[in-house]
Amino acid sequence: MTEPILSVRGLTKIFGGLVAVDKVSFDVRPGEVVGLLGDNGAGKSTLIKCISGVHRPEEGEIRFDGEAALFASPMEARRVGIETIYQDLALANNLDVGANIFLGREARRRRLGGLVQTLDDKFMLKESRETLDSLQIRFPSLTEPIQNLSGGQRQAVAIARAVYWEAKLMIMDEPTNNLGVPEQHKVLELIRTLRERRVPVILITHILPDAFAVTDRVIVMHRGRKVAEKATAGTTAEELVQYMVGARDDSAA
Amino acid sequence: MTERAVRNPRSADAAASGLLTPLQRIGLFLSRIWAWAFLGLMVLFFVIAVPLSTGGSVNFLTVRNSQNILVAIVPVLLLGLGQTFVIITAGIDLSVGWVMSLASVLSALAIRATYNAGLPLFPAVVAGLAAALAGAAFVGFINGVVIAKLKVPAFIVTLGTSFIVRGVAYLLSENTTVIGLPAGVRAYGNDALAYVISGPGGGISFVERPVVTGELLRRMDVLLPWPVVMTAFVVAWAMFLLHRTRFGRHTYAIGGNMDAAIRAGIPVDRHIIELYMLSAATSGVAGFLSTLRYTAGSAVIGDPLLLSSIAAVIIGGVSMSGGSGTVIGTVIGALIIAVLTTGLVMLNVDAFWQFIVVGTVVIVAVLIDQSRDLIMGRPKGGVRR
Repeated sequence: MTEPILSVRGLTKIFGGLVAVDKVSFDVRPGEVVGLLGDNGAGKSTLIKCISGVHRPEEGEIRFDGEAALFASPMEARRVGIETIYQDLALANNLDVGANIFLGREARRRRLGGLVQTLDDKFMLKESRETLDSLQIRFPSLTEPIQNLSGGQRQAVAIARAVYWEAKLMIMDEPTNNLGVPEQHKVLELIRTLRERRVPVILITHILPDAFAVTDRVIVMHRGRKVAEKATAGTTAEELVQYMVGARDDSAA
Repeated sequence: MTERAVRNPRSADAAASGLLTPLQRIGLFLSRIWAWAFLGLMVLFFVIAVPLSTGGSVNFLTVRNSQNILVAIVPVLLLGLGQTFVIITAGIDLSVGWVMSLASVLSALAIRATYNAGLPLFPAVVAGLAAALAGAAFVGFINGVVIAKLKVPAFIVTLGTSFIVRGVAYLLSENTTVIGLPAGVRAYGNDALAYVISGPGGGISFVERPVVTGELLRRMDVLLPWPVVMTAFVVAWAMFLLHRTRFGRHTYAIGGNMDAAIRAGIPVDRHIIELYMLSAATSGVAGFLSTLRYTAGSAVIGDPLLLSSIAAVIIGGVSMSGGSGTVIGTVIGALIIAVLTTGLVMLNVDAFWQFIVVGTVVIVAVLIDQSRDLIMGRPKGGVRR
């Protein structure tokens, strides 16, 4: 078995008196899609925010790519290759696809013997097109502001950005929410493409069909604790629901 | 290709228009070009109406009048240029008028002092520009720091600094016009790239002002005075900065989605500080040029122009909610106001009608801007800030 890229041990996050995440441990290996399931308030998002540098856990250890990884900010997490795709997408809707993929890391060209630097839009467009092609994403036009794109297409832009910058771990928070059915399928298709490219994905969801469609393994949380960890192929929706509502609990055993 | 989506919103819609009905396409096209069309129609109107109303003795489209219009838009345009950047990030800079005044006073004081201290004319004028820019940029820096770091709304901060700067400008000028500048300053503010004398005995002369009197002087037209040339350079630089550089791209990104900009690692706070410094700096240039033009510094020069400059920016299509706008739009906006004003004066319309017309154009401009969302079938973005 390959070394885990992400390894979480005994992670605990407390808000006031509430234990939001209670001694959670799990691993993610390269090329693996791990589903993080649970009802609202189960602690999925808090757990993820500890990993991506938004929250600082009270206890526990996170190792990423073999290194201790407690990040002070989301920027730090991104720098080492943890890309989190939030529901609000963090895209600038008034800019085009290329500008968004290169947001904050714009390619530039030296002009007049290095006196001035201008944006290298040709290069950014070319690179964006190649990345989108490799993910089999098709847009009518790459040079229009992305506000004219659908929700699923914008999700694809966010994923393409993470892929282009060679994310080593992708965390996706409810990516199929607020999407039409065909769009949901496209996003799930993209997650499969990521697995083929051996980019590990943590997929946060409470939609069981999504989890069965793309994950290799599922982790179920209930009231801050990890109550189950199963190979997707070896479980059923019925069983997972019982874990999600707290009727079954492997950790208590 | 990519940059055009930002540089020229029209082509972006053209790209999207494959999905639109012909009616939508026409609507979008009209909403994009209306400012140009309005400017053209207005010029046409004055070209026909001015000779008619004056019995043919006055024409609108003369070299002299075109130059008057260019000279008139210099301060409004310069105040609007930096403001364009600020408003694209959904900010506002209300201090530009008094910053221009302060810069006018500072540059006059600096020119006078350095010249009297024995500096030759040209270095003294450069010292005036340096003083104007330094004073203005300092105000912009304060604006930017309080807005970006202390998170006070831009409207409040720049309102406050405009009062402070007003006081400082009056104190420095001792509540009077700063005069006693070397006579040669006049040439910097009023001489031009070229002079054209039409009719018999006429000709064209570059840079050197022909020494003529009487009939010939009456027939002499001044082409592109130095302040206009300098403003053209500032406009070209602003276009480059906004549409071709990383600075400009970040300006749009912050206006489009500030959270996204922060997450993308754009140094948003620093960028906002630089924007307000930029806004103050272009206003500083306006103050400096007015000092050259009048051979005097004045604390009352800038404030009346503040609202005109914001009007120019809005007519030019910069959305107050941020994220969109172009430099050329602001130039067109300033031109529309200047052409309107000049034309109405030539038609002998009471000067106060100008305000009524300009105000109407501002509101109509925003309505047309909003109609684009309606045409595209996009939900309205809520109340506009």
